[in-house]
Amino acid sequence: MRNFKAIFKRELKSYFESPVAYVFIVIFLLATTGCTFFISKFFENRAATLEPFFVWHPWLYLFLVPAVGMRLWSEERKSGTIELLFTLPVTMEQALVGKFFAAWLFVGIALFMTFPMVITVAYLGSPDYGIIFASYLGSFLLAGAFLAVTCLFSAMSKNQVISFVLSVVACFAMLMLGVGVFTDFLNRFFPVWLSESISAFSFFTHYQGFQRGLIDSRALVYFISIIAFMLAANAVVLERKKSE
Amino acid sequence: MIAVQSLSRHFGTIKAVDDISFNVGKGEILGFLGPNGAGKSTTMKMITTFLAPTSGTASVGGCDIIDQPIEVRARIGYLPESSPSYKDMNVYDFLMFAAEIRGYDGSERIDRVKKIMETCNLKEVAYQQIDTLSKGFRQRVGFAQAFLHDPEYLILDEPTDGLDPNQKQEVRNLIKSMGREKCIILSTHILEEVEAVCTRAIIIGSGKIVADGSPADLKAKSKRHGAVYLELENVDSNEVMTSLEKVQGVDKAEKINAEAPASEEGGKAGNLSRVRVYPMFGKSIAHEIASFVRQKNWKLERFSVEEGDLNEVFYNLTKGGAAR
Ligand SMILES: Nc1ncnc2c1ncn2[C@@H]1O[C@H](COP(=O)(O)OP(=O)(O)O)[C@@H](O)[C@H]1O
Ligand SMILES: [Mg+2]
Repeated sequence: MRNFKAIFKRELKSYFESPVAYVFIVIFLLATTGCTFFISKFFENRAATLEPFFVWHPWLYLFLVPAVGMRLWSEERKSGTIELLFTLPVTMEQALVGKFFAAWLFVGIALFMTFPMVITVAYLGSPDYGIIFASYLGSFLLAGAFLAVTCLFSAMSKNQVISFVLSVVACFAMLMLGVGVFTDFLNRFFPVWLSESISAFSFFTHYQGFQRGLIDSRALVYFISIIAFMLAANAVVLERKKSE
Repeated sequence: MIAVQSLSRHFGTIKAVDDISFNVGKGEILGFLGPNGAGKSTTMKMITTFLAPTSGTASVGGCDIIDQPIEVRARIGYLPESSPSYKDMNVYDFLMFAAEIRGYDGSERIDRVKKIMETCNLKEVAYQQIDTLSKGFRQRVGFAQAFLHDPEYLILDEPTDGLDPNQKQEVRNLIKSMGREKCIILSTHILEEVEAVCTRAIIIGSGKIVADGSPADLKAKSKRHGAVYLELENVDSNEVMTSLEKVQGVDKAEKINAEAPASEEGGKAGNLSRVRVYPMFGKSIAHEIASFVRQKNWKLERFSVEEGDLNEVFYNLTKGGAAR
């Protein structure tokens, strides 16, 4: 626990000590609100709901989360600090989980800073706070799943740009598994039960449940398992790649 | 004690480290000597548990590197090659991070870090970001991190690499002063360093140990070990050479054309002849040469018995040539 805390704190602090963090937060806030107001025409809908806000999150996370997470292991491997880290009395799990949670909290802070949106809808009408809460939770879990994928790909390359591109592609694939066009496409080749079960693994399908105000335990288990699985894969990759 | 048993590491077809075994005890400063690519860093990475061996194992203070890596790491202070550190942190924060992981907290942690910054002369740059530091300071940050917990075992990969001569001297003194109560392995390709600080040296070439002994033992492997160097005035050097080679125990005599430009012919009046006389294997010839010179009544300017040249031993052993 002590080591987890030390690594977590170091990582989180290093986010806030670099200007990139603030750029990220500003871009995230501008992009979410921009999409909500100008593309989804939030005001013209005349509905006290944050749906037009949350609908954009998967697409924004697709680029922003890999941007946050790409350096996590790439940078350690490139600068050689990974040798320092793994010759300190730290286990692989402590290091992985410490870094992951630091980055997740960072994204969580950015997400939290969208709270003026809640105030806005509260001012305009009487929104369903249950749905808003579930949507935020879903959004945070989705960000965590994207981040876990990014951690994995970050361990694969010393080059941050390569890590970023691979992560975006992988996240996109995980997202698209559940999008209509893609399932239709699968239906043409596979029996329905198979394409349905493939799309059951999609980030998108599970995210949508939360947006309807549903905190389904299966969806919770799904996101937590995805994160755990990706981090386990991350450990395997890192063990093989750390000394290269 | 650090005990290394048949340690090997292959990278594809390269045998970076090939079946190495040795022990290092308390109070020893072991110099790991070898040309670039010999496998020094790879061996150190395995001992510090960073890299898994292909075969063999090692133990540090009784803890096995494969079964108890965390215990091993806790006992070791390690300075990796080119001393990497988190460049975006300042020196104080970085050391506080290392101290936290080393298990110190509260005021003890702060005291530790302050003390080590004093020992390593880092106070003036305490709040400076590490990537703005000079190479010398960055190296000291690496040292501070390695010494922080006052470890019993120190593993230092090229600790003086990239430092200026004064800094090198400083680092050597620091290592020597710690050597008495610790067990230290340091790698280097600088030969004077081994002579200056190590109690023992292992020469490694292409992943194998090619020599193991005190710096004096290793020098004794040199052809020049026990050779006699003479400077004689007003003699015919060709005559000197032939007569010296007849002295008992002498293998051969060699004329040395040192900075004596005008007199390649040698033997002219007012000129100095420089000669090195090599003994046959295991023979001592100093006495014989001395009495021979006296008997011949040559005018002797200089007479010295050579210890041997570590450079030559190193060169021969690691190039596959034969030192004795
Ligand atoms: N991660 C790696 N992948 C492939 N080859 C490596 C790796 N690390 C070291 N080597 C090879 O192993 C050999 C020994 O390297 P190293 O231990 O770094 O030598 P030294 O520290 O003595 O200069 C070299 O031939 C090097 O190219
Ligand atoms: Mg090396």
